[in-house]
Amino acid sequence: MNMDASGQKKIIVIPCSGIGKAFGSISRDATYEVTENLRKDITQTLCLALLVSGDEKSLQLVHNNKCITVDGCPLQCAEKNVKLAGGNLAGSLRVVDAYKENRHLKPKGVTFLDPDGQQMALALAQKIAEKVDDLLEEH
Amino acid sequence: MADSQEKKVGIISCSGEECVEGTISRVATRLVLEKLRPDQTVTICLPLFLAGGKEEREFARDYPTITVDGCDKMCAKIATERYSGKPASSIVVTNITKNSQCPKLKSRRKLNDETLTVARKVADKIAEEVDKVLKH
Repeated sequence: MNMDASGQKKIIVIPCSGIGKAFGSISRDATYEVTENLRKDITQTLCLALLVSGDEKSLQLVHNNKCITVDGCPLQCAEKNVKLAGGNLAGSLRVVDAYKENRHLKPKGVTFLDPDGQQMALALAQKIAEKVDDLLEEH
Repeated sequence: MADSQEKKVGIISCSGEECVEGTISRVATRLVLEKLRPDQTVTICLPLFLAGGKEEREFARDYPTITVDGCDKMCAKIATERYSGKPASSIVVTNITKNSQCPKLKSRRKLNDETLTVARKVADKIAEEVDKVLKH
């Protein structure tokens, strides 16, 4: 079980990191914004591919902690894979959730996010952080 | 299998979220796709491949693939072997960084000048492997 110094469980934020389109890169960047900045003490991420490969530590992590998935496209691979791994899925967000409220942004860069992509990642990160707070309140 | 003119190589990157080498694997793969070998390569979304993506698995079965893994757990390579067949080539970023006295690898989110240099080196290695695969 993964806990912080106070003994509190962590919330695991898992992006799809899809490599074909900007939205996959946004899912990844938003996750890092949450886990390294906005809610760094109570969240962490993990390697999605390692989880699906059956890594014991990763499986323990998603079984024993609440998970939020962040997907770049409607295929929702992060959500599907966490479910396949029997993870404790407590929330599921999509990049399109941030896009709906920021239609003026037109992210294009995949390798490196352009300013529109960075802005959308920040908007999505806020939504993830709100979901983290909701889950902590439920506890 | 397509004839040599149509032959494409699938690059499958781990994109591991926990370490900077995962970011390097991802950026290096994109550099090959966008700049170094845009006409000879395609990428396969590993999460989709893992979630059972039929087209992705068929492509990796019918066309040569190169896996690019951040660490020696080699998730991309293992998944490709499990679901589609042995990749034509397999690259592990930590093997390259070990040999090149890689600078302190820190930020997973954004590559700095030093880690970007490593990503470019990995991209060059992938491009070399693409050329080798296409010669066969």
